Amino acid sequence: MKELESVVIRFSGDSGDGMQLTGTQFSNTSALMGNDISTFPDFPAEIRAPQGTIAGVSGFQVNIGATHINTPGDEPDVLVAMNPAALKANLAALSKNGTIIANVDAFNELNLKKAGYAANPIGTPELDGHNVIKAHITEQTLKALENSPLDNKEKGRCKNFYALGMTYFMFSRDLEPTIKWINEKFGKKPEVAQANITTLKAGWNYAETIEATVSTYSVAPAKIAPGKYRQINGNISTAWGFLQAAESAGLKLFLGSYPITPATDILHELSKFKNFGVKTFQAEDEIAGICSSIGAAFGGALAITTTSGPGLALKGEAIGLAMMYEVPLVIVDVQRGGPSTGLPTKTEQSDLLQALYGRNGECPIIVVAASRPNDCFHMAYEASRLALEHMTPVLLLTDGYIANGAEPWKIPDVAKEYGKIKTHLVDGKKPLEEPYLAYKRDEGLVRPWAVPGMPGYEHRIGGLEKAQNTGNVSYDPKNHEEMIHIREDKVAKVAENIPLQTLEGDDKGDLLVVSWGGTYGATHMAVNKAREQGKKVSLMHLRYLNPMPRNVPEILGNFKRILVPELNLGQLKSVLNARFQCNAVGYNKVQGLPFKISELVEVINRTLEV
Amino acid sequence: MTEVPQYKKKDFISDQEVRWCPGCGDYAILSSVQMAMTKLGKKKEDIVFVSGIGCSSRFPYYMDTFGMHTIHGRAPAIASGLKIHNPNLSVWVITGDGDGLSIGGNHLIHALRRNVDLNIILFNNEIYGLTKGQYSPTSQVGLVTKSTPYGSLDRPFMPLSLALGSGATFIARTIDTDPKHMSDVFLAAAAHKGVSFVEVLQNCVIFNDAVHDKQTNKATRDDTTVRLENGKPMIFGKEKNKGLRLNGFTPEVVTIGENGVEEKDLIIHNETDYNISSMLTRLGGGDLPVALGVLRNVSELSYEVQIETQNQAVTEKKGPGSMLKLLNSGETWEVK
Repeated sequence: MKELESVVIRFSGDSGDGMQLTGTQFSNTSALMGNDISTFPDFPAEIRAPQGTIAGVSGFQVNIGATHINTPGDEPDVLVAMNPAALKANLAALSKNGTIIANVDAFNELNLKKAGYAANPIGTPELDGHNVIKAHITEQTLKALENSPLDNKEKGRCKNFYALGMTYFMFSRDLEPTIKWINEKFGKKPEVAQANITTLKAGWNYAETIEATVSTYSVAPAKIAPGKYRQINGNISTAWGFLQAAESAGLKLFLGSYPITPATDILHELSKFKNFGVKTFQAEDEIAGICSSIGAAFGGALAITTTSGPGLALKGEAIGLAMMYEVPLVIVDVQRGGPSTGLPTKTEQSDLLQALYGRNGECPIIVVAASRPNDCFHMAYEASRLALEHMTPVLLLTDGYIANGAEPWKIPDVAKEYGKIKTHLVDGKKPLEEPYLAYKRDEGLVRPWAVPGMPGYEHRIGGLEKAQNTGNVSYDPKNHEEMIHIREDKVAKVAENIPLQTLEGDDKGDLLVVSWGGTYGATHMAVNKAREQGKKVSLMHLRYLNPMPRNVPEILGNFKRILVPELNLGQLKSVLNARFQCNAVGYNKVQGLPFKISELVEVINRTLEV
Repeated sequence: MTEVPQYKKKDFISDQEVRWCPGCGDYAILSSVQMAMTKLGKKKEDIVFVSGIGCSSRFPYYMDTFGMHTIHGRAPAIASGLKIHNPNLSVWVITGDGDGLSIGGNHLIHALRRNVDLNIILFNNEIYGLTKGQYSPTSQVGLVTKSTPYGSLDRPFMPLSLALGSGATFIARTIDTDPKHMSDVFLAAAAHKGVSFVEVLQNCVIFNDAVHDKQTNKATRDDTTVRLENGKPMIFGKEKNKGLRLNGFTPEVVTIGENGVEEKDLIIHNETDYNISSMLTRLGGGDLPVALGVLRNVSELSYEVQIETQNQAVTEKKGPGSMLKLLNSGETWEVK
């Protein structure tokens, strides 16, 4: 039996083959068995892309480990290929000597042609070096289900469980959690549940039978901090973070949103929590999504809106209005490949400049970014806290990679870690001694929050330029300039209300890697590897992008070189260079794919040699 | 619950100087709304006016209530969010033919479809005023404006037909020269549970003066408008002797006492009859009078009330939400 530190498995097949389900089951079981995990679903934009083609390939990659796992892994060690297209799409990514479990039943003339193979690659030099397990997954599934009352089409659909069963044997996974899950999921259709369980076991037994020719892998439980854990993906983590923030602030949560990939799951998730008093509103478009939230914010809600890049473009004018009103509002942008419709199901970090600057006029807002799936909870809470404490819109950036990716999460002690959020709501019951001044500011330049229903606080707000204190419309040139500066300073002052920037590695050195958002897993691992090799490299991963923590300029000054790897053409790099004149260089990739650890290690070494 | 104070009109006049053009129809509408507010039965602090962009949209600044001057076309969406969050508020949307039917058309039809309990007042002057005189989605074909020097080619919307087609449960029309009628219609709109849509025929003295002259001019108005009363026959005219009769499905103007026509032959207004409401929205061409008053008024559950009900039902079934329970739900494991 092989003992491994970590292993990367990719399940790949047609988008109708149930690969996401198979991958999720494998991940859940592994997490329950004490492994650290990180997952990466990768699916086509079309719900039913043409069967058997490269365009229709749906994949789910999971990295399981006996040590800390921070990314879904660079190269799969094991590839489950349910058809020729899945093999063709993934072969290049597979590690040298990697194992391929191929469903040879699907390698027929038609499927080979659809995948663009002139001849069957199995048994040819193309797969040399790989350990190919030729499994008759379709045929064996049907045989195992000979006595099942299901029809042949339904039986065929069980084949993903056969593949899953095989991998469970190979990695000594416990069958029980999946059997339990199948029984719950298909409780109303016992014959389907039974067929799936039979197939799962058949796959296991087959793998056991052919053990002679396969090295069985074993991955020991990971050494992670003691505590109670659960698995969570980024979108659910985001949704729950807002639930927590609403509870901490004592406010009702309102979400106005329009469905868009890959952000929609936040709407799905929050629409379940009616017993938390959450109101979700599926609006007629992106603009109505944010506008309904602005209305709710004026009414005294913790108001949020969720979207992805193209939707953020549509919301720009309304973000300006919320900034001008100075109402609390959180906008979530789950970034995807752009521009325009771009690559809806793929990941990218190319909305940073849109988040910082994508509005008319001088329109500063707070921008924060989550670093990994379980950090989305924390950053959704933080975004809400800052919006409420500073009476301003806050933009939370996540991305498709961390939104869909899952990892274990040590369940936080919310009473301790996510305490009360103090809002600027006025005491509406106290009679006013003088007229209410809606734009009278405190030392943080923050205005009070009076909402409809409070007698004596009747006031009007608008998008036109306003006079200090009263908020009355003002066209006075000097006042306009003053107000522009006040709004700018107000956001700048938020730096006093966020944690100082921390570093991974030494305070000084040859190279500072600066990253932000969902690339954290890869930059963290790459910097660690370089440090293990004795390199004087540190990592500064930014979660607060506007304003940045106060000590960022000082940190930048302590390193000879600055490298900013980003999944865009250098957006943060440009901001850092413009703001701090720090001569940062970029490493940029825009393929809709996350960074590999290995490529970053290479870039770090190359940069150090310059 | 404290009682609603006895308000006077001046209680609803804000300290802001009103800046519409002298002679603008908006002044009369503002005054009628302020009058209506005194009889609303709602406390001042529970009233919110929400507007978009345009001449009409300056309205909230002049009302001494809560108010939001928003962005172009988006008032129905913003008002929907506010009303859903706090169903106790009396929420009014002030919009115009450009704001509500052009840039904001999508939000308007969806607010109507959902039946959010908003009172939407659309000032229809068939022109863009604030941008200084371009044709609007309600301008008549052929209208010469700054952007249509050779006449407009666009076919106009009929706002009430659009509202009805969008599923509005209350539609009405009134006119800026009749303060009493306006006030009554606004109060009827407020009394209606669910969305209310009121078109006000409004005059723009600068860019489209006298556009509704036929319906406002003393000499012609009695013959060009019919004032609707639920359950009553549709009679109009200076002599109160004209009426509307159905010829098949088509309305026609008849004179009582001529050709054997009697009052009982006339159409009886029924605010809940979709076909009557639909016919009324299109009146106005030829010798047919423009319908004023409440064209439709039916009772359907409001959207925001249904949301509350659903939330309560789920809470009763599942118990109040708890973060602690949620975080520990599903599959968890201990690491020692």
